[in-house]
Amino acid sequence: MELLVASGIGLLTAVGVYLVLRRHSFPVIVGTVFLSYAVNLFLFAMGRLTVDRPPIVDPAAAGYTDPLPQALVLTAIVISFGMTALIVVLALRGFLESGDDRVDRTAPKEDRTAAGRDDDVVFP
Amino acid sequence: MIALIALVPLLGAMLPPIVIRSGRDRCTAVTAVVSLVSLAVLLAQVPAVFSGEPVRTSVEWVPALGLSFSFFLDGLGLLFAGLILGIGLLITLYARFYLGRDEKVGRFFAYLLLFQGAMLGIVTSDNILLLVVFWELTSLSSFLLIGWWSHTPEGRQGARMALVVTGGGGLLLIGGMLLLGQAAGSYELTTILARGEVVRGSPLYLPILLLVLGAAFTKSAQFPFHFWLPHAMAAPTPVSAYLHSATMVKAGVFLLARLWPVLSGTETWFLVVTGTGLITMLIAAWIALFKTDLKAILAYSTVSHLGLMTMLLGFGTPYAVTACVFHVINHATFKAALFMSAGIVDHEAGTRDIRKLGGLRRLMPVSATLALIASASMAGIPLFNGFLSKEMMLEAAAHTALVPSLATLGALLSVAYSVRFALGVYLGPVRDDYPHRPHDPPAGMWLPVAVLAFLVLAIGVAPQLLAGGIVALAGQASAGPVPIPEVHLSIWHGVTPALVMSAAALVGGLLLLAVFGPLERVREKTFRPEAKAMFDAVVAGAVAACRRGIGPMHADSLPRWLAAISATIVVVGATAFFTATYAPGTRDLLPVEFLGVVAWVLLAAACGAVVVLHGHRVLTLILTSVVGLVVSLAFLQFSAPDLALTQISVEVVTTILMLLALNLLPKLTPPEHAPLRRLRDGGIAAAIGLGAAGLAYAVMTRDFTTISDYHVTQAKPGGGGTNVVNVILVDFRGFDTFGEIIVLCIAALAVVALLDSALRGAAARRLDAVRQGLESADAHPLVLVIATRVLLPLALAVGAYIFLRGHNEPGGGFIAGLVVAIAIIMQAMASGYAWAASRFRVDAHALLGAGVLAAGVTGLGAVLLGRPFLTSWHGHFHLPLIGDVELASAMAFDAGVFLAVVGTVLLSLAQISRVEARAEHRPVPEGPLDIKFGRRQTTPTGAPLTTARVDAAKES
Repeated sequence: MELLVASGIGLLTAVGVYLVLRRHSFPVIVGTVFLSYAVNLFLFAMGRLTVDRPPIVDPAAAGYTDPLPQALVLTAIVISFGMTALIVVLALRGFLESGDDRVDRTAPKEDRTAAGRDDDVVFP
Repeated sequence: MIALIALVPLLGAMLPPIVIRSGRDRCTAVTAVVSLVSLAVLLAQVPAVFSGEPVRTSVEWVPALGLSFSFFLDGLGLLFAGLILGIGLLITLYARFYLGRDEKVGRFFAYLLLFQGAMLGIVTSDNILLLVVFWELTSLSSFLLIGWWSHTPEGRQGARMALVVTGGGGLLLIGGMLLLGQAAGSYELTTILARGEVVRGSPLYLPILLLVLGAAFTKSAQFPFHFWLPHAMAAPTPVSAYLHSATMVKAGVFLLARLWPVLSGTETWFLVVTGTGLITMLIAAWIALFKTDLKAILAYSTVSHLGLMTMLLGFGTPYAVTACVFHVINHATFKAALFMSAGIVDHEAGTRDIRKLGGLRRLMPVSATLALIASASMAGIPLFNGFLSKEMMLEAAAHTALVPSLATLGALLSVAYSVRFALGVYLGPVRDDYPHRPHDPPAGMWLPVAVLAFLVLAIGVAPQLLAGGIVALAGQASAGPVPIPEVHLSIWHGVTPALVMSAAALVGGLLLLAVFGPLERVREKTFRPEAKAMFDAVVAGAVAACRRGIGPMHADSLPRWLAAISATIVVVGATAFFTATYAPGTRDLLPVEFLGVVAWVLLAAACGAVVVLHGHRVLTLILTSVVGLVVSLAFLQFSAPDLALTQISVEVVTTILMLLALNLLPKLTPPEHAPLRRLRDGGIAAAIGLGAAGLAYAVMTRDFTTISDYHVTQAKPGGGGTNVVNVILVDFRGFDTFGEIIVLCIAALAVVALLDSALRGAAARRLDAVRQGLESADAHPLVLVIATRVLLPLALAVGAYIFLRGHNEPGGGFIAGLVVAIAIIMQAMASGYAWAASRFRVDAHALLGAGVLAAGVTGLGAVLLGRPFLTSWHGHFHLPLIGDVELASAMAFDAGVFLAVVGTVLLSLAQISRVEARAEHRPVPEGPLDIKFGRRQTTPTGAPLTTARVDAAKES
C-alpha cells in the first residue's frame, strides 16, 4: 500500500506543479488545489500508514495511529480552503478589473506611468 | 536622567499636532515648553559636567549585539546640546511668524521636535550603535523638513538629494561603527575614547577611518559631497536656519570632534581631513562670492565654514580642536542670525535676489542692524565673535606647512562675500522696484535674531567671560586624554602672524570685491561642473542599471517565476539526493488491497485527464472532486476518520466556490501552442513529483518514534475527551488552532475587501457588461428547491450532532462548521442567493467575530483562574432527559472554531454570489423562486424587484 500512496502523492504533486505553471489563472488555482492534496497527504503519511487503529481512546483498542499529523493536517485542510477562496477571488477580481485572466503579462504601460510625476524619477 | 534630554523632544513631537486645534500660539508655546523641559534637564547637569563628574546612564537594550540604551554628557555634548536647544527655541519662535496662514504648523513643529530629539540623541549617546540610530533619524527627519514644501519640485528634489547623500553616509557610518566596536572591543564611547592607541594600531584602522570620514563628510557637506546643502535651501527658512547653523551639518563636525582622540594623529587623518576641509573651504567660499540668491550665498558660506572646522580638526593639535569648538559656537550664532535675516528680507521684500535688493538699512532699520552685526562676524571683523575664532584658526594654520597662505585665502574670500552680502542687501541706495515695500517684520521675527546678534557682540567683546569656560571644557572633552593648552580668549594677543594674516585677508577681500565685475565675467566664461546634473545622471544611471539587472528576474510573469522556483527545488533536491547515501527502508509494509488499487487507478485516471483536459474548466472541476474523494477515502482507510470527514466537506465547499467563480470567469482556457514550454513544465513537474513520491516512500518504509504517546495517554484524563485528534486541536495545541481560525477570518475579510470594491470602478462596468450566456431555463429546479428545504433541518441536526460528539468521536467544530455552512449554501444554490439572504439574516461578519471572541474568552477564562492561556477544564453533569454529560471548557473553544468556520465559508460564498447578483440583469422576484403559486408572481407593489433594490434591501 505504501507504494500506492507514495506514487499517488507524487502524481498529485506533478499534476499540481504542471498546472501551476500554466498561463491562465484558473489552471493555476486548480494546481494549488492539487498541491494542497499532495502536501496534506504527505504530512499525513509522516505518521506512517496504519489500518483500523483510529486515534479514538478505547480500552478495547489494540493500538492507535499517530494522532499528531492528523491534527496538523485537519487544520491544514481547512486553511487550504481559506487560501483557495482567497486566490479564487483574487483571480476573479483581476479578471473583472482587466478583462483578462492571464498571469504572464502585466497591465498596459500607460496605467503605471500616469502615477509618476514628471520631475521625479519614476521607479517601476 | 540625561536620556530625557533626547527623549523629551522625541516623545514631545506627538504634542504639536494635537495642540494645534487650540490655535497656533498655543502650539508654538507647547513646542517651546518641550524644548525648555529638555533644556532644563540639560542645565541641571551643568554643575556635574563642569566639576568633571561622569554623567552617564545606561539600560541594556540588545546586549547580544552590544547595543545598549546608554547616554553620557561631557563638555562637548553639553556645548552641542545647548546650541541645539537654544537655537531651536529661537527657531520655534521665528517659525511661528514665518510660516503662512495655511501651513500645517502642528506637523511642522512635530517634525522640528523629532529632528531636535534626534540631534540631541547624537550628541548625548554613549553607545555608538545608538548614535547611528539617531544619526539615521536626523537624516529621515531632515528629509521631512527640507521637503516641507512638497508641492514644489525643488523641495522634493532637494529633500531627496539630501536623503540620498546623508542616508548613504549613514550606511557608511553603520559599517564604520561596527568595525570600530570590533577594533576597540566595546561599543561604549566612553570605553572607546580611552582605547585610541588600540584602534590606531588595529589593521581595521584604515577602513574605520574612511567609513567614519565618509559619514561625517556627507553629513557636513564636505567636498565632493557639498552639493546637497545648497539644494536643501528649498526648505522654509526656519528649517535652513536650524539645519545649517547649529544642527544637521554640525553633526559631521561633532562626529569628527567626538572621535578625535581615537582616530586623529595619523598621517592619513591629517592628509584626508585637512585636505578635504581646505578644499571645501576654498571652493565653497569662491562659489558663495558669485551667488545672487541670499540663501545660496549663506549656504555656500556654511559649506565653507564647515570646511574650516574640518580643517582645524584635521591639524591634529589640541589648540586647533579648541579653535574648532569655539568656531562651532560662533558660526552657529552668526549663521542662524543671517539665515533668519535672509528669511525676513524674503518675507518683507518679496525677493532673495541680491541684484534686486539694496538700501534696506533705511527701510527696515532694526533687522538691517542685526544682520549687519552678524555679517561683520561672518567677515571676521574685530569686536565680533567670528573674528576671534578666525584668529585662532589662522594661528593654528600658521604652524603647518603650505596651509597658512591657503587659509588666508579662505578668510579673504569670506570677507569678500560677507561684504558683498551686506552691501548688496542693506547698504547702498534705496530702490523703488522691490516686489513688496519692505519694512521691519513683527517683533517675533526679529527678536530671535536680536538674541543671536547680542551674543555675537557680547562674545566678541568679552570672550573669556562668556565662552572661555565652555570652550575649555568642550575642547578638553574633544581632545580626550591630550591636555589642551590653557584657553584664554581675548581680542588682543599682540602683533602675531595670525593678526597679519587677518589684516591681509581683510584688505585683500575688499580689493577682490573692487574687481568683482570683471571677475564675474571671467567666471561666466569658464567651465563649471554642475553638481546637480551629475547627481541626477548618477541616480538615473543607477535606476537604469537596477531595471536592467532586476527586470529579467522580476518579470511580470507568474509562470516564469514559478518555473524558476520549481527548477531550483529540482536542482537542490537532486544535489542532495546524489550526494547522500541511502538504503531501502526496513519497516513492514501493508498488504496491497484490491480497493486500494481501484482508488489508485481512479486517482491516476483523474490526474491524467486533468492534465489533458484542463482547458475545459467545468470538467476539470469535476475531475478535481474525484481526486478529492479518493484522498478522503485514503484518510478513511488509514485510520483518520476526522480527516476524511473534513476533506469531504471541504471538497463540497471548494467545488461550490469554484463553480460560483467560474460563472463569471471564462469557461474555457485557450490551449497553449508552445510544445517546448509544455515539455519543459512537464519535465519539471515530473521531477518534483518523482522526488515527492520517493521521499514519501522512503519515510513510510522506515520506523520512527512518535511524540504523541503523551497526547494519547493524557487525552481522557487531561483533556476530557477520547477523540485524540480533537483534543489536540482544542486543548493540547489550542493556541495553534486559535491562530488558525484567525487566519481563516482574515482570509474571509480579504475576500470581502476584494469583492466589495469590485462593485465600483472598472470591475463594476465589466460586470454590467456581462451577459449571462447559456442560462438554464429552469434556474431553480423545483425538485432541488424542495429537497434542500426538507434537508435543511436534517443537515443542521447532523451538524449539531457532529459538533457535540466531536470531543469523543470523529467530528468537532471544524467539520460541524463546514456541514452547517453547506446546509445553508445549499439553500442559496437551490432557491437563489437573494432568497436565502433574505431569510438567513445573521451577519457573517458577526459570526467571524463571535467565533474568535468565544475561543479567546475561553482561553482567557483559564488565565482568570490563574492557569496558562487555554488550559482546559472539564467535568461531569447530569442533565434531565439527556443523562450524564461530560462538559469540557474545550467545547466552548470548539464552538468558537465552529462559528469562525461557518462565518468564513458563508462570507466568501456570499460575497461571490453578491457580485454575481450584480451581473444578473434579470429582475429577482420575491417569494419562493420560480415556484409558481399563481398569485405570488410579483411583489406586493406589483413591480418586479430589480437587483438594485435587492441590494438596497440587503444593505438596510
